[in-house]
Amino acid sequence: MALKSRIISAAAAAALGALALAGCSSGNPLDSSTTSSANSGGAIVVGSANFPESEIIAQIYTQALASNGVKTSIKPNIGAREAYLKALQDGSIDLVPEYSGSLLQYYDAKTTAQSSTDVYAALSDALPKGYQVLNQSKAEDKDSYNVTKAFSEKYNVTSLSDLKSVSIPLTVGANPEFADRPYGIPGLKSAYGVTATLDPISDSGGPLTVKALQDGTVQLADIYTTSSAIKDNGFVTLKDPKNIIIAENVLPVINSKKVTDKVKSVLNAVSGALTTDDLVSMNDKASGSAKESAAQIAKEWLSEKNLFQ
Amino acid sequence: MNWLIENAGQIWQLTLIHAGLSVPPIIVGLVLSVPIGWLANRYRASRGTVLAIVGILYAVPSLPLFLVLPSIIGTKVLDPANVVISLSIYAVAIMVRTASDAFAAVDVDVLLAATAVGFSTWRRFWSVELPLAGPVLLSGIRVVSVSTISLVSVGSVIGVPSLGYFFLRGFQVGFPLEIGVGIVGTIVIAVVFDLILAGLGRVLMPWTHRRSRRTRVAIRDETPELVEAA
Amino acid sequence: MNGWSDAFNWLLDPTNWSGPGGIPARTEEHLVYTLVTLVVACIIALPIGLAVGHTGKGRGVAVQFSGALRALPTLGVLLLLATWLGLGFGPPLVAMVLLALPPLIAGAYAGVEAVDRQTIDAARSIGMTGWQVLFKVELPLALPIIIGGVRSACLQVIATWTVAAYLPLGGLGRYIYDGYAVQNYAEMLGGSIVVIILALVADGVFAIVQRLVVPRGVVLGRASDVRVRQSRSLVGTSGSTTAG
Repeated sequence: MALKSRIISAAAAAALGALALAGCSSGNPLDSSTTSSANSGGAIVVGSANFPESEIIAQIYTQALASNGVKTSIKPNIGAREAYLKALQDGSIDLVPEYSGSLLQYYDAKTTAQSSTDVYAALSDALPKGYQVLNQSKAEDKDSYNVTKAFSEKYNVTSLSDLKSVSIPLTVGANPEFADRPYGIPGLKSAYGVTATLDPISDSGGPLTVKALQDGTVQLADIYTTSSAIKDNGFVTLKDPKNIIIAENVLPVINSKKVTDKVKSVLNAVSGALTTDDLVSMNDKASGSAKESAAQIAKEWLSEKNLFQ
Repeated sequence: MNWLIENAGQIWQLTLIHAGLSVPPIIVGLVLSVPIGWLANRYRASRGTVLAIVGILYAVPSLPLFLVLPSIIGTKVLDPANVVISLSIYAVAIMVRTASDAFAAVDVDVLLAATAVGFSTWRRFWSVELPLAGPVLLSGIRVVSVSTISLVSVGSVIGVPSLGYFFLRGFQVGFPLEIGVGIVGTIVIAVVFDLILAGLGRVLMPWTHRRSRRTRVAIRDETPELVEAA
Repeated sequence: MNGWSDAFNWLLDPTNWSGPGGIPARTEEHLVYTLVTLVVACIIALPIGLAVGHTGKGRGVAVQFSGALRALPTLGVLLLLATWLGLGFGPPLVAMVLLALPPLIAGAYAGVEAVDRQTIDAARSIGMTGWQVLFKVELPLALPIIIGGVRSACLQVIATWTVAAYLPLGGLGRYIYDGYAVQNYAEMLGGSIVVIILALVADGVFAIVQRLVVPRGVVLGRASDVRVRQSRSLVGTSGSTTAG
């Protein structure tokens, strides 16, 4: 019987340990266990996509709101668009930085809007009920098809429409979702008549995608236009005369229940200040030699723009 | 080094979260598997079925299980419960087999002797079977602990933060140090948990340290399990 | 959304059964990855395990080493190696081999250690050399437990290659990551079902092999002793880690 009581006391100790751990972990910016339940009227949960820039912007939103007295928490690196928009719609998150064109194409695949203004205008109709976008920023970050300089010269390719005459099989390095995107493999086929296969490298145009392009594992790479890798490596970004890649302004998409005048004014101030150059320099801080954390980069940007209260 | 200092807060927080997510599956694995393993062993007919079921559970890859749980039990997609419940299922799958083997290894003569001196089934379980199965159960739960701690990081792929966050971010920005921090943190948690479990084992089963004086009953059959668990 | 019936429809859809991304091709890739991993891991692990079991030396080191390997988070090792070494089959192969080593080493030395001392002494007394004892006595007798270790490693490797598809690899994990990326639950679930079936079939095959490799004399000799030894025959399948 002594064993039994020892077991009970040990179990109690273990349970207490678990509780203590759970207690320790609450109230921290990355915690997800304590926030998801308090969803109506509670803290605003900011999500982000699975690439560094999205996480930095999510941190900017989070810190800007927090410094204006809005309760927030953050769930970074959720996944691709389908994953984090699902999280938005099931209430796991309330706010997420988005890119206008891709967001519009997600809800309206047949859209013909291309310019920033048209895309933004179309968005308010396309979004499901209960969700809205706030002001869009001037900052733009698009997907782009890139080739090496050598490839561009050898096959005389400077535009997506030149790819048709390339005789070798084409492989694109990009995230897995590129297989389904209107600007991805399907768009290449329908708009330019080019058949390409996807090499699914899940680093969102990061270092491995760059490496794969350099060593010829892939002929084309989807690299975001705000990445300094394009310039640093002398890659040639292919022109897109048929505009399969449409305007991609950064903007917040939010659960309407969470929109108050204060939230609106804070996020609109952020969007008002954010530029494409800012995105480039922030990505540099994340992926360059400094490897700063998203939280740190966001903090620096907000103080630079005097957006902290 | 600078990076480590600047990010020390986040490293510590994610370590705590990671540890916190690992605790419930280990406890659930032990608490559920002991009665299931005992019953599977007691009623031989059920043993095959039970072991077949845990065998199938064991074969389910973790990532899809994390992903389908919300549609089965109605949790939200980013709820850490998806990871905790999935890992609890694995923990039970591993531990039921171990528990069943542990109870099977208890010498029948010893059980008969206990019955002969008037022990009820209940009392015999607590005073004879469980203590004799204890060392094997302990080695099993230590394996569960290590494997759970390692698998928690896979949850970061679906947006449930843990030290696995550093794996993905380090990969995205091409930063081996950040991935290394996640790996070292995971190992540290595993070592700490293992020391705790070993310590609990000493407290609960002090006789395992006076091995030379014991009969071969409890020791012989635990050896292969301990080896496997090592 | 009825996820399960969508998944079965996905599985039954003939377009998913052809071409380079089809189920047969992905399953073949997955099998090849798994076999290559197991072969490389066996080449490394079995000599170590047999040496430890045969000589009785270095057991502590082997136990520590295996324990340390088990604590390595495979996803982290995978992405670290990919960040260092770049894309290709090498980095994930190394990560998977590291994962497979502990059960293989443990199976090998536990198998040899479990051989009855008297049998070995008998072998020596009729003049067998150390190598002969190892290959003619210890190895055959240890084989069921060694195969048990391979069986356990195989299950982990099959499950974990799906996780490795975070990198641009083939195999059945492709369905899971690609399906997740666009929230195609039918593809994700369907792919998972194929992985589960593959794992169960592999487990079944090893279970049969495990029975077949028991030397006939041992089977006969064991009959009187089977209850006591029962837990031994299960070694290698019990207490193993999931890792996928």
